[in-house]
Amino acid sequence: MKKMNGFAQSWHDKAMAAPLDDRSRELRRDVIKILECSRRGHLGSSLSLIEVLRVLYDDILRFDPARPDWPERDRCILSKGHGCIPLYVFLAEKGFFPKSELASFCQYEGLLGGHPDATKIPGVEASTGSLGHGLSIGVGMALSARLDKRDSKVFVIVGDGECNEGSVWEACMSAGVNALDNLCLLVDYNKYQSYDATCCVQDLEPLADKFESFRMATRHVNGHNVAELQETLRQVPFEKGRPSAIICHTVKGKGISFAENNLEWHHKSSISDEMMKSISCALDEAP
Amino acid sequence: MRKKCLNMVHELARKDQRVCFIGSDLGFKTLDTFRQEFPERFFMEGVSEANVVGMAAGLAMDGRVVYVNTIATFLTRRALDQVAIDLCQHKVNVRLIGNGGGLVYAPLGSTHLALEDITLMRCLPNMTVVCPCDADEMERFMLQTGDYSGPIYIRLGKGYDPIVSKEENGFTIGKGIAYRQGDDLLLVTTGVTLQQAVTAAEELEKDGISAGILHMHTVKPFDAELLIHMAASGKPIISIEEHTLNGGLGSAVAETLVDNFAGNRLLRLGIPDIFPDYYGSQNDLMHRLGIDAAGILQAAKRLLDR
Repeated sequence: MKKMNGFAQSWHDKAMAAPLDDRSRELRRDVIKILECSRRGHLGSSLSLIEVLRVLYDDILRFDPARPDWPERDRCILSKGHGCIPLYVFLAEKGFFPKSELASFCQYEGLLGGHPDATKIPGVEASTGSLGHGLSIGVGMALSARLDKRDSKVFVIVGDGECNEGSVWEACMSAGVNALDNLCLLVDYNKYQSYDATCCVQDLEPLADKFESFRMATRHVNGHNVAELQETLRQVPFEKGRPSAIICHTVKGKGISFAENNLEWHHKSSISDEMMKSISCALDEAP
Repeated sequence: MRKKCLNMVHELARKDQRVCFIGSDLGFKTLDTFRQEFPERFFMEGVSEANVVGMAAGLAMDGRVVYVNTIATFLTRRALDQVAIDLCQHKVNVRLIGNGGGLVYAPLGSTHLALEDITLMRCLPNMTVVCPCDADEMERFMLQTGDYSGPIYIRLGKGYDPIVSKEENGFTIGKGIAYRQGDDLLLVTTGVTLQQAVTAAEELEKDGISAGILHMHTVKPFDAELLIHMAASGKPIISIEEHTLNGGLGSAVAETLVDNFAGNRLLRLGIPDIFPDYYGSQNDLMHRLGIDAAGILQAAKRLLDR
């Protein structure tokens, strides 16, 4: 079996070792509460994303929950729509919709589905779930901001498995050629996709070189290190006239020991009471 | 028709700041005048249809009206998922202009023949499907696209189609045109099959057969009311489309008749369930497949048993 290369491995090790602070732990508790109501969801992909979304929504994005369509806002598109549970947690926390909606995740007549629907949920910029769509939409939004001479930024989060989609690379080509320095791509690089490790399914490496070759200014970051994420995201755009790409090295299932790097937790349904209890215990014990 | 359509995009852009144009990798100098006048609203993005459609969606989500142009098959077949989700689900104002709807690219073979584009676009919620018959109708139609809500698929015939549309008939997206009254038979057309039906109706008249023509430039939303009105008295109907019989105009006619408990006999002319493997010209193929005036004439006589 193929192994990830040494460079990717060293970043992965750093992400594995990153401790959780109180807020990160609390946010994971919120995600688990939602899971407890629905007994289903993409747990692994949600937990790898938490710090990336946390830093965006707490420190970076400009938005107004009272005016979700405020033209001056920054846009954030979760192109890997299956990782939507933490997005819902943030949108509710920031006041885009009542927190009580979180309990209805994936339920009949609920607001929140297993993939985000922009036509229903305030704060969701684009409906995603079919992979490989978000970055192209982001390119259009970034072009539109430039046309209007607005200083809004567009952030698009894609998964590593999602990078198998050719349309992601079409969009990178377009972002680079159009010199969209108001566009920032974040890759939730947790090194696993549904079937297996990404290096075994469709190896992405050398990933940074690929983005660089599409004229994107690219950096690596430990996707669970809040300070590092804050510092990196505050520097966007990294270069004038070039889109930014941030490879966020993360851990699938981060914070739940038995779910970490475990593909049985990529998507889980019919989660039992016993499993729920184990998840909570594991989170309490997480470093 | 294509030239008129693109010129209209330029004209609309002059009046409306929201208008943007995106092409994939169009012919040398396409819309060069637009590019020169409004370089910031003109994008030539290369052979990347999925990206082009998504990008158009992003621009339109921000309130712009985006016209996208490339070969019809690549917009409809290749980028179908982006069209469905990014455009239709979000109900954004993107106008997909599909070059070569039908058999226009006859010499290039099945890869370039858009024979199922109407079906694919018609089955998507929120999508409007318009197939103008000639350049004049295209102009009347395009004037309405700036403020129309939701995505539109525009099916282009080839260039230099004979002008048969009439100004006095006007144009409203979603409304059919009662082009010709007739007692014995009703011909229902979309796109350039109107030209064929006009010729056929004139020929039928010589044989004492009075054929009406209903031109359905908008296949979706389908003007069921006008069809049912013109089909009154139970006259037989022939639908004519330069398109597969699986789910296009003829299907819309059949569904409307069934849904309204109308018992008219219906004959659907179109392309059978095949990938045509002969080349030549668009007219050669239309003739071979029985969707030209001669084919309509023959079908009419068969249907009326004369």
